[in-house]
Amino acid sequence: MSIEKELQNVAPAKLAVENVSKWFRTGRDAAVHALDDVSFHVNVGGFVCLVGPSGCGKSTLLNIIAGLEKPDNGQVLTDGKPITQAGRDRMMMFQESALFPWLDVMGNVLFGLKLKPGLQAKERREVAEFYLKMVGLEKFFHANIHQLSGGMKQRVALARALAPNPRVLLMDEPFAALDALTREQLYGDLQKIWEARKKTILFVTHNVREAACLGNRVLLFSPYPGRIREEFKIDLERPRDINSVQLASYSTEIMRALKGHGTVEVAE
Amino acid sequence: MKRLLWSALFFLALLFIWHLLVLAKIWSVVLLPDPLSVLEYLKSAGEDGTLLQATLVTMRRLLTGYVIGIAVGLPLGLLTARFKFCEDTLGVLALGLQTLPSVCWVPLALLWFGQTEAAMLFVVIMGTLWSVIIATDNGVRNVPPIFARAARTMGSKQLHTWLHVILPASLPFIVSGMKQGWAFAWRSLMAAEIYVTILTGFGLGHLLHYGRELNAMDQVIGVMFVIVVIGLLADKILFSPWERFLHRRWGTGRA
Repeated sequence: MSIEKELQNVAPAKLAVENVSKWFRTGRDAAVHALDDVSFHVNVGGFVCLVGPSGCGKSTLLNIIAGLEKPDNGQVLTDGKPITQAGRDRMMMFQESALFPWLDVMGNVLFGLKLKPGLQAKERREVAEFYLKMVGLEKFFHANIHQLSGGMKQRVALARALAPNPRVLLMDEPFAALDALTREQLYGDLQKIWEARKKTILFVTHNVREAACLGNRVLLFSPYPGRIREEFKIDLERPRDINSVQLASYSTEIMRALKGHGTVEVAE
Repeated sequence: MKRLLWSALFFLALLFIWHLLVLAKIWSVVLLPDPLSVLEYLKSAGEDGTLLQATLVTMRRLLTGYVIGIAVGLPLGLLTARFKFCEDTLGVLALGLQTLPSVCWVPLALLWFGQTEAAMLFVVIMGTLWSVIIATDNGVRNVPPIFARAARTMGSKQLHTWLHVILPASLPFIVSGMKQGWAFAWRSLMAAEIYVTILTGFGLGHLLHYGRELNAMDQVIGVMFVIVVIGLLADKILFSPWERFLHRRWGTGRA
C-alpha cells in the first residue's frame, strides 16, 4: 500500500444510535440506570457534541459506540452495520491522555499503526510523522511522555487517534483537564483538523461553551437516567472563536435549557 | 568527577585508618590482619585460580537458578493477576512462602537433593520465584485500566494486550521484584554454601568457611570483599540499565 493512499482521507462514517439503554449493577439488587432509550443520528462528517452534567451517561454512550461496552438494549450502527466490538474505524480520545509511558511520543503513535495490516515499517514512520506534524509536535518525536505538558499530551493522543485513519473520532472530555489558554488553541486546531481530515466526530463534554464552539449540533443530556433532552443547531462560521458574542448567546441558551431540566452543576 | 574523587578519597582513608589500627597493635593480627595481607591473599588466590573457580561455581548456581525463577515466576504472576482461581490458590501460596526467609529452604533442599548442585539450585529458585510472582501480580493490578481500553480501540487483543501493554506497564513493579528476588537468592545461596559442604563444587561460601576453619582472617576478609564486589557488579550490570530506562521513560526518581 502506498503511503499516499494511506494518508488519503477515508470517507467518514454515518453513526446511528438506536434505542440504547444501559444499567450498571451497583449492588446485589441495586442498579443505576445510566442510559434510557437514547436515539440519535450523526451525519457523515458531522461534528456533534454531547453535553450534560457528570453522571448523565454520556461517557458510557461513547464507550458503547467505541465497542468497549455493550448496551443492555438497542444498538449502534456505523453506516448501517451494527457495532459488536472495538474497531480501528472508531478511535477514541480520553480525558487522561492514556498515553503509554514506556514508549516515547513516536512509539505511542506507532502503536496503533503496527496493529494495522498492510504497512511497512518505513511507511508507518512516515504516517506517524505526518500526524505528529499535523498536531504541531514535529520537534518532539522522541520526547518521553512525562516531559510533555498536558496540552502536548493531548496533542499526542490526538495524533495517535488520527494515525490509523479512522472514520469516526470519539472524544471523551479530552480538554477538560487543560488550562483555558491551551484549550483555546486546541479548539482552533481541532476545527482545522476536522475540516482537513473529514472525520465524523462525537465529542463529550460538560462545558457548554466548548460544546457550542466545536459542534455543528449540541445534544443536551440529563442524568438519572441518561436521556437526550434537547438538541441545538449551531449555525456559526468556522473557525469559531470561543469568546465571540454570537457563541455566547448560543451557550447561554443551552445553559438555560440545562438549568430548566434541573441540572445546574455544569461548568460554563 | 568530583563525586568520584570524594568516594575514592573516602575509601582510601578507610584503608589507611585500618592500616594504622593494625600498626597500633590494639588487636592481634589474627583478628585484624593488615589490609596489605588481605590484598596479598587476593593476589595469590587470584593467581592460582581458587578465587576464580569459586566465583564461577557460585555465579553459575546463582544465575541459573535466578533465570529459572524469573522465567517461571513471571508467567505465574500474570496468571494470578488474570484469573481469580489462580489468585486464590497460587497467589495465596506465593504470599505465604514469600514471607519465609529463603535460607529456611536449605534443610529441606539438602534432605531432598543431598549435598548437590540441585539443592543449591532449588534454594536459589525458591529465593527468586515467590518475589517475582508477587511483584508481577502486583504490577499488573496497578496498571491503569485505561491503558488496556486505549489499546483495545487501536485493535489490540488478548495476547497482544498482555505482551505489549500490561507487561511493559507493570515493568516498574517487576524490576523491583526482580531486585528483591536477586537479593533473597544471593543471601540464601551464601548461607547455604557457608554452612553446608556441597560435594559437586566449592563456591565462595566455602572459601569463606575454610577461612574460618583455618583461622585465616585475610582469606575471610578477602572473600567477603569479593562477595561485595559481585553484589555491586550485579546491581550495575543487571539492574542499572533497567532502572535507567524506567527513570527516563516514567520520569521517576532523580528528584
